[in-house]
Amino acid sequence: MTAESTSAENVQRISMFKVLNPFHVWALGVGIVLVGEFMGWNFSVAKGGAYGALIACWVIGLLYSCVAMIDSEVTSTVAAAGGQYTQAKHIIGPLMAFNVGLYLVMAYTMLEAADALIVGDLMTAVAAATGYEGLNPQPFVVLTIAFLAWLNYRGVFMTLTVNFVITLFAFLAIIALFVGSDPLNPGSVLKHSDLLTDLPYGWIGVVAALQFGMWYYLGIEGTCQAAEEVRSAGRAIPLGTIGGILTLLVAATLTWYVSTGLMPWQYLGQATTPLYDAASIIGNPSLQVVLFIGTMFAAIASANGCINDAARAWFSMGRDRYMPTWFGAIHPHYRTPFRAIIFLIPIAVSFAFTGLLDQVITFSILSGLLGYTFMSINMMKFRKMWPLGVIKRGYIHPFHPIPALVLLGLCSVVYFATFLGYGASLLSIMAFYIVASVWFVLRRYQFVKRGDQFTMPWPRPKGY
Amino acid sequence: MIWWDILSYAAWIISGLLLLWILADAISVSREFDEELLVSSREGADELLEQIKEEEGVR
Repeated sequence: MTAESTSAENVQRISMFKVLNPFHVWALGVGIVLVGEFMGWNFSVAKGGAYGALIACWVIGLLYSCVAMIDSEVTSTVAAAGGQYTQAKHIIGPLMAFNVGLYLVMAYTMLEAADALIVGDLMTAVAAATGYEGLNPQPFVVLTIAFLAWLNYRGVFMTLTVNFVITLFAFLAIIALFVGSDPLNPGSVLKHSDLLTDLPYGWIGVVAALQFGMWYYLGIEGTCQAAEEVRSAGRAIPLGTIGGILTLLVAATLTWYVSTGLMPWQYLGQATTPLYDAASIIGNPSLQVVLFIGTMFAAIASANGCINDAARAWFSMGRDRYMPTWFGAIHPHYRTPFRAIIFLIPIAVSFAFTGLLDQVITFSILSGLLGYTFMSINMMKFRKMWPLGVIKRGYIHPFHPIPALVLLGLCSVVYFATFLGYGASLLSIMAFYIVASVWFVLRRYQFVKRGDQFTMPWPRPKGY
Repeated sequence: MIWWDILSYAAWIISGLLLLWILADAISVSREFDEELLVSSREGADELLEQIKEEEGVR
């Protein structure tokens, strides 16, 4: 144990290990997201047709590029776990911080549950393919969550090194599929000229497709949670995050290109595992195996990153007394937020046992969307309170305030798109967060020590 | 097929062992170490912050 001793207060403190580099940050962000390329994105095809899905892919790609740029700048100055929660605490205020913390925990825990469900369903599919019908997926769902929680408990370096390896494999599987589809000879394997059609439901279908376009990128903002454990937040977070969004833009575009060249939009829009189906159509057994393993790895990497991020968000809220301080403990040997990891295990298992994959994912997406809306407001306030030159930034995003305004505008359009398909879910999740906010104001806020939560040596903000 | 049944039982057993190990370790750590120490971490600092401190020191 290498607990630090602060001479001023003569108090022994422990902190998380600073062992991560930009590759780990990349693995955390891309790892959480990449499963969306293997499944889920294709529901946008059902809403808007193949071209509608491509528009959704790039428009939502723009939304997430803004997210990545804004996150990179703010997090390069806030070297603390908690990500957007910590940003909200410093820049906006306690109620926003509480809500953003809750968005993060809910979004990641639900995504983790959905990923574990996918692993269970894949095992059931393998069993069926080998002649065993009706395999219960639950033991594999629990094993996925238990093993990844154990890995996270034992240390962040191994957790994200594993994520790097399996995420890289999953990304290379997409590249292998692209190469295997003989893209240099259009018409030989890929039949875009036969399969691409006009927009089947017009432009309203394209708007509706935007909600599912989020599957291509949902979770890249999770890189911020590593800020307290990277060797240099100012360098590693921007490198890992911007590298991550570029990787995802490439992966998303290749995924769309190969899938729409092999399957008609009517089939693609309801397929469960579109990339595996694409490999099956190409008819190369090795490619099929690679894509199956890629799908499995992508789901595991996503669940792994989600446990990492949800636990750090919950831990940070505990550390600042937004939740009981008991959750703000760090393991003295492994230097992980061990109680937060343990607390979230039964919650993830419970969500997974509901089996309601689409509802769980919708709740996760909406929580993420609320977080992105906050980020645009947060960025405007950040630059106003601490203009350039006042505090050191590891990265300064260009064209401010355009990215923040574009992000706010695109979030509004996606809210409308979500309302079209999941209006009841949207309203119920809003009601959930309003009730939680009332609880925080009336019951929890009295325990928050305003002074104790700000330990970053920042200058007093402008106007305060 | 019996293979899949064995695999399912193995998954339950391994999950149970992993979760028990985590719980046992968490309890032993909570007993062994002072609670003040376990919850003593503060928001992180890195080279950017060190740089700021140095610059402020120079001024």
